[in-house]
Amino acid sequence: MHVEVELDEPKCVAAGQCVVAAPEVFDQREEDGVAVLLDDRPGPDLLDGVKEAAALCPAAAIRLVER
Amino acid sequence: MVVGASAAGLAATETLRREGYDGTLTLVGDEPHPPYDRPPLSKQFLTGQWDTEQLALRTGADLDALGLDLRLGVAATGLDPATRSVRLSDGSTVSYDGLVIATGVRPRRLPGKDTHVLRSLDDALALRDRLGPGRRLVVVGAGFLGAEAAATAVGLGTDVTLLEPAPVLLAHVVGAEVGQVLSRAHLERGVELRTGVTVSEVTGTGVLLTDGEVVEGDAVLIAVGSRPNTEWLAGSGLAAEAGVACDAYCEAAPGIYAAGDVARWYNPLFATSMRIEHRMNAAEQGMAAARNLLAAPEARRPFGPVPYFWSDQYDIRIQAYGYLRGHDEVAVVQGDLAERHFVVAYRKDDRLTGVLGVGVTPKVLRSWRQALAAGTPWHEVVANETCTPPSAVCTATVPTR
Repeated sequence: MHVEVELDEPKCVAAGQCVVAAPEVFDQREEDGVAVLLDDRPGPDLLDGVKEAAALCPAAAIRLVER
Repeated sequence: MVVGASAAGLAATETLRREGYDGTLTLVGDEPHPPYDRPPLSKQFLTGQWDTEQLALRTGADLDALGLDLRLGVAATGLDPATRSVRLSDGSTVSYDGLVIATGVRPRRLPGKDTHVLRSLDDALALRDRLGPGRRLVVVGAGFLGAEAAATAVGLGTDVTLLEPAPVLLAHVVGAEVGQVLSRAHLERGVELRTGVTVSEVTGTGVLLTDGEVVEGDAVLIAVGSRPNTEWLAGSGLAAEAGVACDAYCEAAPGIYAAGDVARWYNPLFATSMRIEHRMNAAEQGMAAARNLLAAPEARRPFGPVPYFWSDQYDIRIQAYGYLRGHDEVAVVQGDLAERHFVVAYRKDDRLTGVLGVGVTPKVLRSWRQALAAGTPWHEVVANETCTPPSAVCTATVPTR
């Protein structure tokens, strides 16, 4: 069992909250600020931050799936 | 129990579960739809580019996993803190141990004929049917919602007249300089922007201005702000005239918290009470309220965010951090307004209280956000003596602490 992060890029509004919440997992493109997934299978130590990012995202563009 | 099933209410419910609350969790929403996102209603959804499914904040499976007592299409009609119970429009009563109020706001309307507003999914569906080539839309109010709807409508080929009582649109929020940038964008795209005009009523064929002129349109959209949904709290003892009054913990009364558009709380970072109708605040405050509701008294944390909002109009994306309203000064600290690549900073008293950027990189904006979060004095970030507003570029240093 692990957690996979899904990023719905067309929904992203470039707010950048995910980068603040989980900088190891998310970044933003320089040109338009759209989020970039750095790690789609973050380890357990990063999960709190990723959950925070998913909950904060003002475009509901981040989803966590347990597989 | 959480009353209000939009972004703030959903964030609160999810947080309650994530933080370990495994008891009965009732989520009440007056709309029939499962939680959906509102910002796209004036943009991707209004163009028809997105459908209802894309608006959903969570999948059905994700909602199911929360194990909610979900009551949609039902409004809260009364609160009795003494018996810890909420009355609902279907005649039932729900008792609670803890309550989060997230009932949001509803659009203000104008006298005269009933016409379009834009707050709900159903509002957007009704308006979307009235847009397109050969149609004339009158938008009353050039705030962010009115301006976005005008931009979307004109993009669909609609003839749009945008009416605003202030001399410059959005000037009271973002300042006249940025307001003029936006005005120019609307005029370039063919919106008939009329400022300094006040609408007295909606008629069958358009709107009547206070000077007696009639502005005709096939459809009229009223976007003149909103009022908090607090009538159901009458008689509850809660102070709710200008939003549900809360302390820095988002608590309105023992065991009763509020979040999102409806909440007026004391933001310790800005040392002022504020009510914020931004999408980001709905999520952040929903989470904060839920955490404080569950926490032991000494473990509660004040909610002191740097507010954030964005607005998309044509190819311009505005992003802003902080509390811009009531600012004393605006300064261009980077870039050029005319080029539509710039950062402006806002001063209140001797402090940096807001920044707004268009066409700048995310790193730049994040560093300004940090400066706001640190409560940076104005003179540390903006060298005033080099600045002759409105158009000159000031020198600015963003602190890295």
